[in-house]
Amino acid sequence: MQSIEPSKNFEIRPKLSDAGAVEGELLEVSMGPQHPSTHGVFRMDIVLDGEQVVKLKPVFGYLHRNHEKIGEGTTYLGSMPYTDRLDYFCSMTNNWAYALAVEKLAGLQVPERAEYLRVILAELTRLQNHASLCGFFVQDMGASGTPLMYAFREREKVLDLFEAISGARMMCNFMRFGGLRCDAPVGWLEQVQKVVDEFPAFLDEFQALLSENEILMARTQNVGVLPRDLVVNASITGPLLRAVGVNYDIRKVDKYGIYDRFHFRVPLGERGDVYDRYMMRVLEMRESVGILQQALKSVPGGPIVDPKAKLRGFRPKAGEAYGRIEGPKGELGFYLISDGSPNPYRYRVRPPSYINLTVLEDMCLGHNVADVVIILGSVDIVLGEVDR
Amino acid sequence: MHLPRCEDFGPWTLDLGLIVMLGEGIIKGMAVTAKNFLGSYVSEERLTTIQYPEQRQELPEAARQFPFLVFDGNDPMAGLRCVACQICEKECPPKCIYIEKSKDKKPDYIGKPQLYPATFDIDISVCMSCQICVEVCPFDAIKMDTEFELSTGDRFGGLLVNKHQLAKSNAHYHRIHPTEADEVDARLAAEKLKAEAKAKADSEAKAKAAAEAKAKAAAAAAAPPATPPASPPPPAAK
Repeated sequence: MQSIEPSKNFEIRPKLSDAGAVEGELLEVSMGPQHPSTHGVFRMDIVLDGEQVVKLKPVFGYLHRNHEKIGEGTTYLGSMPYTDRLDYFCSMTNNWAYALAVEKLAGLQVPERAEYLRVILAELTRLQNHASLCGFFVQDMGASGTPLMYAFREREKVLDLFEAISGARMMCNFMRFGGLRCDAPVGWLEQVQKVVDEFPAFLDEFQALLSENEILMARTQNVGVLPRDLVVNASITGPLLRAVGVNYDIRKVDKYGIYDRFHFRVPLGERGDVYDRYMMRVLEMRESVGILQQALKSVPGGPIVDPKAKLRGFRPKAGEAYGRIEGPKGELGFYLISDGSPNPYRYRVRPPSYINLTVLEDMCLGHNVADVVIILGSVDIVLGEVDR
Repeated sequence: MHLPRCEDFGPWTLDLGLIVMLGEGIIKGMAVTAKNFLGSYVSEERLTTIQYPEQRQELPEAARQFPFLVFDGNDPMAGLRCVACQICEKECPPKCIYIEKSKDKKPDYIGKPQLYPATFDIDISVCMSCQICVEVCPFDAIKMDTEFELSTGDRFGGLLVNKHQLAKSNAHYHRIHPTEADEVDARLAAEKLKAEAKAKADSEAKAKAAAEAKAKAAAAAAAPPATPPASPPPPAAK
């Protein structure tokens, strides 16, 4: 075993005993990639001083599938099903971000009805992503089963809605440039209304189950605190950013789609610890239910796709575009350069969970190994998106 | 807004990361689990587990798994709608379709002679069920099946399906996607009517043009040979 230089921004405490510091050795632990708490194939090289983390190096790329290069080799439409596989929990929002970028590139107008359905689908995605995240996160803490099963019960209802409209539960591949692939089947909006009406009851139940649980509070409060300037400098987005109290939600800032028509609040945390991040998700789910209720009241009729949009032989004129949305995990952006050919010249993804992962070491330093698991759980990563 | 913090709850003390707990929140949570547990004896809808494969969930109409080729009539190979245009082969993102064009032609549903696929293979171990082949097909020849129990011991040959395995009848299509199939049938029928009307108009125009040409030829023969023809000959009818 060799001794390893500890990270500079953490001072090792002398190892107890009044008789003076005991000389010890640092221990390097490889956590993952098969560890169940790493949410996929993700590895952390952790240097430990006893139980405490002195250095942490995230190692990823085990799930690398060459997404961006494949995107440059296929047509614009051909990349759409691959975006489902980025963050496989939120295929609808991935589709939307990519469609938004291509629509900017090609100057397509999305019809009203498609815009409303997109908002409904995106907010349903947020509900199911946050619900399952909360379940997984509590599972990481050792509450094995119960909260996760409650969350998955709700997620299942949303996935059934996705299957009814798009034909697939997770790999939806539903949005198209200038609209959606097809219209919602008869009675689908009523089913959504039913699920949305029932959802607050689940949130109440889930909050009664967990939010005031003393064990959860003791494990998560003041753990993994991120300083506000670091969060902003590291371009962290999504619930991690709002948990430190920075009011930045792309739905409010960019007002993409038709988000300026809905009234919703952006929940903000105070301290930016793991508990605040958990609560951000719960509160965002409540806001999403509000947006869904507003959107469902006013879905207009009409066409579902821009008549100018072409499926075959789609060649946007030369130029570049960046489309971004507030995904459930943060800012999801697609940057495209077109040279007028059927394939993009450059296809770049800005994955939120990859960038949110860059501050993992800063969150974990000084905490115990057991806390690393819940800190990682609170970041909400999906390795399909981190590795691409 | 203010979130609950451990410090807010009165008499508790924070000491070395340990918290002196009253346990109200835990009891509240246990009440929730008890309600769910006991509720499952009372309410049927709480029992969400389905005993697969004895019980099966009904698939929604939009469900999709792997593509199949639609044929009309009774003979799968004669009735295939596919004309081997290879658009789906080009557009397929993971490139799981392999098509070879035929050398000869066979009549399609309108009666027009068309090529047909001599080979049409789909490697369903590569297929990602994205439905893009269905969307780009201009002939409504390829559609999505809902069959998902396709596991096999032979991972190479067993998952490479040829056109004989892929061909399924229009009746099957109607059974799995009734609404969509009705729309497709209506569209195809309209196209057929249009094609028939056009063919009829074309043949009439042809007959007319032939008659005119004949009349002109007769007139030209009757007229003095020195004068040139008054108008250029009618274009050949297509």
